[in-house]
Amino acid sequence: MKRALLIAAVDPKIGGVMVFGDRGTGKSTAARALAALLPPLAKGQPVPFVDLPLGATEDRVVGALDIERALGKGEKVFEPGLLAKADQGFLYIDEINLLEDHIVDLLLDVAASGENVVEREGLSVRHSARFVLIGSGNPEEGELRPQLLDRFGLSLEVRTSQDLDTRVEILRRCDAFERTPEAFAADWAKAEKKTLNRIAKAKKLLRDLNVPDAILRSASELCIAVGADGLRGELTLMRAARASAALDGKGVVGIAQLRAVAPMALRHRLRRSVLDETGSTVRIERALTELFD
Amino acid sequence: MDAFGDALLAVRLLLRDPSGLGGMVLRGGGPARDAVIAELGPMRRLPVGIDDEALIGGRDLAATLAGQGGVVRPGLLAQADGGLLLVSMAERMSDAVAARIASVMDTGEVVIERDGATARHSARFGLVLLDDGINGGQGDERVPDRLAERLAFRFDLTNTLHFREGGKPASSLASSQTKLESRFRGNDGMGVIAAISLAIGIDSTRASLLALRTAHLLASFDDRVDLDETDLATAARLVLAHRATRMPSDAESDAPPPPPLSSDGEPEIGETLDDVVLEAVTAALPPDVLAAIAAGAGRRTSNGSGGGERRKSAMRGRPLGARAGLPRGGARLALIDTLRAAAPWQKLRGAAKDAGGHIAIRRDDLRIKRFETRADATTIFAVDASGSAAVARLGEAKGAVELLLAEAYVKRTEVALIAFRGDSAEVLLPPTRSLTRARRSLADLPGGGGTPLAAGIDAARLLGEAVRSKGRTPFVVLLSDGRGNVGAEATMPSAKAFGASGLGAVFVDISNRPRPEGAELAAAMRARYLPLPRADATGLRDAVKAAQ
Repeated sequence: MKRALLIAAVDPKIGGVMVFGDRGTGKSTAARALAALLPPLAKGQPVPFVDLPLGATEDRVVGALDIERALGKGEKVFEPGLLAKADQGFLYIDEINLLEDHIVDLLLDVAASGENVVEREGLSVRHSARFVLIGSGNPEEGELRPQLLDRFGLSLEVRTSQDLDTRVEILRRCDAFERTPEAFAADWAKAEKKTLNRIAKAKKLLRDLNVPDAILRSASELCIAVGADGLRGELTLMRAARASAALDGKGVVGIAQLRAVAPMALRHRLRRSVLDETGSTVRIERALTELFD
Repeated sequence: MDAFGDALLAVRLLLRDPSGLGGMVLRGGGPARDAVIAELGPMRRLPVGIDDEALIGGRDLAATLAGQGGVVRPGLLAQADGGLLLVSMAERMSDAVAARIASVMDTGEVVIERDGATARHSARFGLVLLDDGINGGQGDERVPDRLAERLAFRFDLTNTLHFREGGKPASSLASSQTKLESRFRGNDGMGVIAAISLAIGIDSTRASLLALRTAHLLASFDDRVDLDETDLATAARLVLAHRATRMPSDAESDAPPPPPLSSDGEPEIGETLDDVVLEAVTAALPPDVLAAIAAGAGRRTSNGSGGGERRKSAMRGRPLGARAGLPRGGARLALIDTLRAAAPWQKLRGAAKDAGGHIAIRRDDLRIKRFETRADATTIFAVDASGSAAVARLGEAKGAVELLLAEAYVKRTEVALIAFRGDSAEVLLPPTRSLTRARRSLADLPGGGGTPLAAGIDAARLLGEAVRSKGRTPFVVLLSDGRGNVGAEATMPSAKAFGASGLGAVFVDISNRPRPEGAELAAAMRARYLPLPRADATGLRDAVKAAQ
């Protein structure tokens, strides 16, 4: 999950991250933590990180006529919504499978076009809205519609570790944070700074990072082998591998990066066979072993 | 270990730190529960059918219209900041409401992005959920899991007949246990809590954190800073025991049924601290968890519904925005949208007549709310999993359910599964659209035993009626060979009761040589009779679709 979020931070074009997991696995915590790790767009201008509350109404999401000014002064002024706020940044939706359908449709539309078009109440406004969609949800509470899932670049599933020591360490850190938040923050400030620099460096590196033809071939081979629908899989795979290489400070994309990102880039794009018990991730791993070992 | 004493102890803890512990679920009615609620003192009440406006808050229309501008009225959650909220009949709470509350509990603040208003309010509160659900929280009748998960405590006071008025909370472990203080000193308790949650199969980190916090609060009651094993054992008993998903001795394997717990069933390794605490937890495991685990069902506690799509009536669906129209015939006025429509013209209209500070709204401005109303179908499969219905038939039935579910996945309809075998019927899968859960419970479906046909028909009828009361359209598919042998004398009355309920149904006779009894049974149920002696999964699916 960490890697997926970092990849999305390095290359926003990746198209969003969807996180599945049971209750209490720390999905939201990790996603919200990302806000602190993003290098600012310019000096004093942090990357926007918008948390979309479940009860949000459509007019606040897309923006609408400013009622107060309209009623008070009779002026026709557009009041930008959350999408405008999230421009060039991140839009996080917890429990995305519970979001009302008409808002989901709207988000998909905007996320795909990178532009928010508002035509309502005699207003006609058009503004850029490029954002990385991060969603989280619990698969036990109903599936996400396939068309929505496909829009997410990366998809992954988080589980609680079954290792005792890891669990104790998680508890210890949570506890430390609760008792002395300042001291905890100070302890981790250095690590945060480091990650921030790593992202910034990777972003620079990304521009002149080439993907060798051999890797592209392998990516396509893999997509064919697992039967991923559409070209979006290959594109995402390529972008994710490139961002991953940039994060590792590599000058060239290697097969190792491709392998590392393949499950999260492809697992939600496989044609689903209901009677097939094997999970998508397993199928991808199997294909990886067959192709590259 | 009496639930009442524990509940009183939990009340003390909760009053100390309402938002830190999240709150508690109280099951069962009666004087015991009333006594516990009285201990909690005055609380704000949260009605389960609450709308977003009241829950989260929004623009204060009266003030906005009076020209005071920008007035945001905080919702109930923000008003409860620092205190407790009481929810009666919490099992009827919709997923949407539960999710909103849960997200506020996570962040400790309410964010309003509604009706042109933006605001943030602090909202740290504890929840007291009263669970009045029947039949032990089966099907949709259960407290939303996403909330229960965030609350530290859960008590079942159903069988608490004897309780002492104003009794002292039980605070310590059974006295016979050996003290292990020397070994424990300097431990922060995290290892123990983590080990216990691992052993009884609790994956959520929240549970461990809540247990830890409870232990610290318990210690602070005695003015101690260090935790001792009593704190940990009590905390584990109060917070962790009711979340168990497997027996501790079964920790290493996911293999099915561990033997039902007997007095000597507890692990007998050395008496370490972990064991002392584990023992306390094991003793406090609720009987229904034990039964479920012992039955080999091993399924996770499931949440009630498959998603957020329920419709109560044509006027109460999902809001779909507003459209121009007159608020009559049950349609409701969308005030904000009406104002918004009227707003741009105010200057013009104000010039036309001396409005005197009033807003001029014309008939054309009126907007009414639109709701999405789709008649959603829920297909209920009641499958005969007895020995007489051969194992192969069961496999085909499972296959048909999966095929239908795959379609439901696309069409957003729901599927539920009831199995009857041995001497009872069980809802294996409450109405859901989740493939994940469906696969899990199908894989766990065991075969063999007698055929409690009457119980199966009854269970299907009850579930069907529950689904119908939610505004969905249930359809029951009963797969059986029609040869009930357990409680056979009750089969006909059950079938007649089913017929009287008016539920749509099809009876698929899967016996190798269909007999007239099957047809009679179907007639009593007012169900279509489909003798399909050799149908495979695809055939069943097609037949069901045709009958529907």
